[in-house]
Amino acid sequence: MSRDTALVSADWAEKNLDAPGVVFVEVDEDTSAYDTGHIAGAIKLDWKTDLQDPIRRDFVNKSQFEALLSERGISNDDTVILYGGNNNWFAAYAYWYFKLYGHGDVKLLDGGRKKWELDARPLVKDAVTRPATQYVASEPDNSIRAFRDEVVAAIGTKNLVDVRSPDEYAGRLLAPAHLPQEQAQRGGHIPTAISVPWSKAANEDGTFKSDDELRKLYGEAGLDDGKETIAYCRIGERSSHSWFVLQELLGHRNVKNYDGSWTEYGSLIGVPIALGDEPGEA
Amino acid sequence: MTAPTAAGCAAPDQAAPLPAGIDLEKETVITGVVHSGQGEAVPGAYVRLLDSTGEFTAEVVTSPAGQFRFFAAPGTWTLRALSRHGNGDVAVTAGRGITEVTLTVAD
Repeated sequence: MSRDTALVSADWAEKNLDAPGVVFVEVDEDTSAYDTGHIAGAIKLDWKTDLQDPIRRDFVNKSQFEALLSERGISNDDTVILYGGNNNWFAAYAYWYFKLYGHGDVKLLDGGRKKWELDARPLVKDAVTRPATQYVASEPDNSIRAFRDEVVAAIGTKNLVDVRSPDEYAGRLLAPAHLPQEQAQRGGHIPTAISVPWSKAANEDGTFKSDDELRKLYGEAGLDDGKETIAYCRIGERSSHSWFVLQELLGHRNVKNYDGSWTEYGSLIGVPIALGDEPGEA
Repeated sequence: MTAPTAAGCAAPDQAAPLPAGIDLEKETVITGVVHSGQGEAVPGAYVRLLDSTGEFTAEVVTSPAGQFRFFAAPGTWTLRALSRHGNGDVAVTAGRGITEVTLTVAD
């Protein structure tokens, strides 16, 4: 994968709003944002109600994903352009799902909603409906998904990349600072995880930094190209953003997103936790 | 929704109540309004909370009345706003409870 196959610019998007076989999909952290205006023709996926299992703590399974995309009118051979608020966090999260379930052609809109709005590009409030399809998903590709036991086993052996803010990494905050801080889990990070906040991979307008800047960022942070990598954050959406950078833009292999992330790890009984600004010992 | 009043003499903001269950003995809330150079509230501005080293910590979009809110920790922070009307920065020292800030953007 590379920037050319995984990313489209706002200019490209604006010229291809009506292109056949191209479906724009908005995925926001603030799930009401779509209704205040969206890119013309874009449908909405709600990361909570559409993309999570309603009962178990897990995301939608293969048949749930098939039912969702069929009902929303996305075909297997459509080019899906994902975008959203908050610097594409949840759009990147959805991108990871599309890859996990084997969608052929999916891309992120560089800069997401923020760049689109700051550029004063048009948003509309029209309701969008698409004819239903018969979407068929692949079996989940767990080569891009990490589970808790392999995360614990990765301490001191694989690259662990904590992409939360420095204060969350150190244990001074338990959640990003636009959310309340009271949580059940303990603060801190997985021992030996390096801290590379997701935000260092993005420019202020939400676009991704250049490949050279990104390579330098992870190189200087101590990421070892020769090892497998697991990225995590609090609930797995910011680490989808960093997973996208490492695997889809920079073309690293063997990068996994740990979607259980800190809300799972920080609640486990008996696992090691490091506090403070240093990675800590295995 | 009530319009925000001028900086420094704002009544407690009724337009964006804190979520139920927020304990102000524990939470460090930084809240305020983004104004344009002409003193008008700026809805849809992107407000970024940067830590004492300038590192990004969080980002929100202002409400129709230009309001924003963060749950931070005691310490020194920078707020930076991006908008179609221009950008702006302000430094904030916050402790537990609510700290109110006015942030002005200009071309």
